[in-house]
Parts: sequence; structure tokens; C-alpha cells
Amino acid sequence: MKTGRFWAWLVFGLGTAYFFIPLIATFEFSLRMRRGEYSFDAYRVVLGDSRFQETFAYSVTVAVFTILLGVLLVVPTAYWIRLRMPHLRPVVEFITLLPLVIPAIVIVFGYIRMYGSNSPLPFLGSARGTDALLVIGYATLALPYMYRAVDTGLRTIDVRTLTEAAQILGAGWTTIIARVILPNVLIAVLSGAFLTFAIVIGEFTLASLLNRPAFGPYLQNIGANRAYEPAALAVIAFAITWGCMSVIQILARFAPKSANRPN
Amino acid sequence: MTPAVAFQKTSRHFGAVRAVDAVDLEIKPGEFFAMLGPSGSGKTTCLRLIAGFEQPTSGSISIFGERAEGVPPYRRNVNTVFQDYALFPHLNVLDNVAYGLMVKGVGKDERHRAAEDALRLVQLPGYGGRKPGQLSGGQRQRVALARALVNKPKVLLLDEPLGALDLKLRESMQEELKQLQKALGITFVFVTHDQGEALSMADRVAVFNDGRIMQVGAPEEIYQRPASRFVADFVGSSNVLPPDFVQRHAGQRRWGSLRPEQIRVGRDKSGDGVAARVLSRHYLGAATKLALDVEGLRLHATVPSGTAVPEDGEHVVLSFNRDQLHLMEEQA
Repeated sequence: MKTGRFWAWLVFGLGTAYFFIPLIATFEFSLRMRRGEYSFDAYRVVLGDSRFQETFAYSVTVAVFTILLGVLLVVPTAYWIRLRMPHLRPVVEFITLLPLVIPAIVIVFGYIRMYGSNSPLPFLGSARGTDALLVIGYATLALPYMYRAVDTGLRTIDVRTLTEAAQILGAGWTTIIARVILPNVLIAVLSGAFLTFAIVIGEFTLASLLNRPAFGPYLQNIGANRAYEPAALAVIAFAITWGCMSVIQILARFAPKSANRPN
Repeated sequence: MTPAVAFQKTSRHFGAVRAVDAVDLEIKPGEFFAMLGPSGSGKTTCLRLIAGFEQPTSGSISIFGERAEGVPPYRRNVNTVFQDYALFPHLNVLDNVAYGLMVKGVGKDERHRAAEDALRLVQLPGYGGRKPGQLSGGQRQRVALARALVNKPKVLLLDEPLGALDLKLRESMQEELKQLQKALGITFVFVTHDQGEALSMADRVAVFNDGRIMQVGAPEEIYQRPASRFVADFVGSSNVLPPDFVQRHAGQRRWGSLRPEQIRVGRDKSGDGVAARVLSRHYLGAATKLALDVEGLRLHATVPSGTAVPEDGEHVVLSFNRDQLHLMEEQA
């Protein structure tokens, strides 16, 4: 009994050390820009860099559009699968898992071949077109997380009866999805949205190979050329991701209790 | 007079399963109509056919003389109260009730006024600001009712609406529903598996089994003159008597039924009647129900409280009036 607890704590301690020591070391290093004392100089330089601001703003914009596209794509799909085609659920679940299996680099080479400037769909012919393609690619990468989050949300409500109740009161499909289903899975959609946000902010492969001024390639560029700033950037990126995760945790606590299952 | 709802040879098959099979039915306007049957008997599918959530495989349905096939649910002038209420969890009570009017594009003030009126009708005035999650089962039931009534449907469909309530609340809701129906004059179509509920509330009852209607009639008729063994057994657990027994005691070779309360149990062994032995007793409060063995046939009889109840295993004599032994149409 006693020894079992000892080993459990030892493994836990090792795991924690494995995870936190690099993080603490990075943080400590990022404070050592000024010789002989700790300071936040590296952070001041990074946050004051206009390229940081530009690339970060670009990535946030792309993330917002990705979330919009993801919600528009996933919510009606997951809803329809639950309502009318439950037999297709395993198929759709498999498709949504594909982005985890197929590396982003494969996807991006496929894009470059498919949508080059002399192809029938020349997405890559203009900057706007490439941005659109980037959003589409990110929506694909975020699909496993978004679909799972929304599907779990739908499980907590009685989709069929709510649909019929809205139908007999005169609501059309758009109204049902936008005003009955979406508000009831909003928390789930939001957690999917924050996961998407975290993915898009840190993504490197797609943005770099499509040559867009995103945050990921900037991070890599700084990392290759500077000493203290990359450490500061890594800590900032970590803070953003963790911020997203805590927001999901907090939102989950506010998840509405269904009227049919009050407890 | 145009019937409120009419089925002509209406069927709904799901693959090989005949959920509803060639049903003919006419529901009169302003009637409180109950569909009674065990689960899986097709009564809920019938309700969903009227609501428009299901389409008939063959046959036709008309609502107030208009063909209903292919007409979407919201254009049928009907509304439904669902078994588990199906209130919108994210909206408060007032917005739930006003939902139908909101979809129609009625202005906010007007639809909130109409919703308040509907809430008053179901005796929940002032509850508008609460969320469905904060209400009790009975209150949710009333909100669902108000939401269904606010669009002023001509036919209101109720799918086992009292199923989730406890006995006391169910009884008071039964009375209230009945009064509400009388006051509004709307046709109510009520699905239930509880025969007591059907008999006490409805003007007419249809008894369903295996996708077919076994009998339609007033509650007294269904209870006292069941057409078949199934109806006799399902409605009020009547004693079903085999043709041999009936021939001996009523002179005709037909299936018969006899209500437990119509059997008199005499403890005087020498009296005139049918000899029986008491198998077991169930005390019900107002009466005691006896399980009896009569020549190998198992019968039930009820003895009102206040009279002497025979012991288990005691030999007794049963008697009944000939005219209370009902002969069923079903052939032997």
C-alpha cells in the first residue's frame, strides 16, 4: 500500500518535472536579456515589434474566419446526422478524424498542386485567394475538435423533440438551427472555437508553405535569428494557449442544464 | 358535419412493421378523443400522422375536410403537447410560450401579451421570467400546454402528457385538462396507455392493438360492452370467459366478459351459484380484490370494504346477474 503510493508520487513528480522544467527554464532565460539582472526587456522588444503585431493580428483574423467557417460547416452537419442519418455517424466521425492522420504538409502540397495559378480554381493566384485557402485548410485541421465538441453538446439535448416542437410552431430549418439548436449547444461550440483558435495561432506548416504573414512562421523566423526574444515569444504563445484552455474549463461550468434533464 | 380529423384506410409501415394498418377513424369537432392502447400499438404513430411528423404509406388523412398528406406540420392548424414537454431550455417561460407567434412575426408587445394570457389560462400567471429548468414537472406541463394553445390550433394533440407526473398531480391535471377543453371548445386528441385516464377524460375512446383499432366508442360502452377479448382484458381487466363457460351459464356459445365488481362472493357454501376457491387477496383500500379458481379458470372479483372477506383457500360461491355477463362479438 505505502510503496504503491510512493511510486505513484514518484511518477507524478517525474512527469511534472519533465513538463515544467523546460517551461521554467525558458521563462528564466527570457528574463536574462539585460546582463546581470532579470528584466522584461525581451518581452518589451517582442511586443513592440511591428511585425509581431502584424502577424499576430493576421493570425487572429484568420482564426476568427476559421471558427465561423467551422461552425457553419459542423453545426448543421452534426445536427442533421443526429436527426436524420444516425447510421452515417461512424462514417462522418472517421472523416473528421482524417486530419489527425494526414499530415498538414501532405495537405498543403495537395493544395499547391490543385489550386495553382494555372489550375481551374486559381486560389493561389492572389493574396486574398490564398488567405481563403488558408482558412479552409485550418477549418479542416480543426475539424476533429470542432465536430467532437458540437456532437457532445448535441448529445445533452433532445434534438428530435425540440426540432418537432419548433417545427409545429412554424419554424423553418434555418430558424431551428440558428435559434433553437445553436443556443443550446453554444457552450460546446465555444469550446470547439477556442480549440480552433489555439490551433490556428500556433500553426506553422500551412502558413509557411503558402507564404502568408502568420504568427507561426514569424515565431520560427525570430527563433532562428535571435537569442532571448524567441524564449519570450514561446512563453507568450504558451500563455495564450493556456488562456484558451482555462476559458473552455470556465465555460463548461456554465453549460446550461437541459430542461428535460434538470439534474 | 365535417369531421375534425378523418383517416381513410390509413397505413404507416416501417419496413415490415405495420405501425398503423388500414385504420379508419373519424374524430368529431370539439370532441375529447382518447387513443388507448399498450405501447407499440400504433396510437402514437397515429398522433404523429395527424401532426404531420409522419406521412402515411397508403390511405389518406384529412383535417377539417382538407387533405393533409404533404402539408407541413405548421400549416395544419394542429399543435402538439409532447410527452417530455420539449420546452426550449435556453428561453424563459414567456418566450417559450410566445415562440409560435415570434416565428409568425408578431410584434414583441403583442406576442408577450398573448403569452401572458395563455399562462393565465393554465394558471401560471407571473411565471414568465423563469427558465424551464427552474419549474416542477407539473409546471412544465402547463407551460407546454400554454405554448401549444397560444397559436389557437383547431386540434390539440397530447402525447401521454401526464405520463411523467405523480398520481396526485395527474388526477388534478386530468380534471383541469377536461375543463380547459370544454372552455376552449378545441378538439383534443389524447394518447395514453392508462385506461383509467382515457375512461375518465374522453368523450370517446379508440382502443388500439397491433396497429389496428379494436373498438371505438363512449367510455361506458367500451367498459361495459367490450367487442373483443383484447378490449375486455385491456380496459379495466375484465374477466374473459371462454365459450364453454358462457354456454353453461348463459346458454350461448360465445366469448363473454364479466367485470370483477359484478361478481358477488357468498361464503354460504350451500347457496345457489358457481363454486370457487380463493387463491389470493389484494387489499386496495376501497375494496379487496380476490383471485379465484373456478373449475380451473382464474377469475377476479372485488369485495367492497366493510363486508366480510373470505380467507385464502376458503371455498366460496359466486353469483352474478345473467344480463351483466356481456357476450362479445368476437366469434368462438
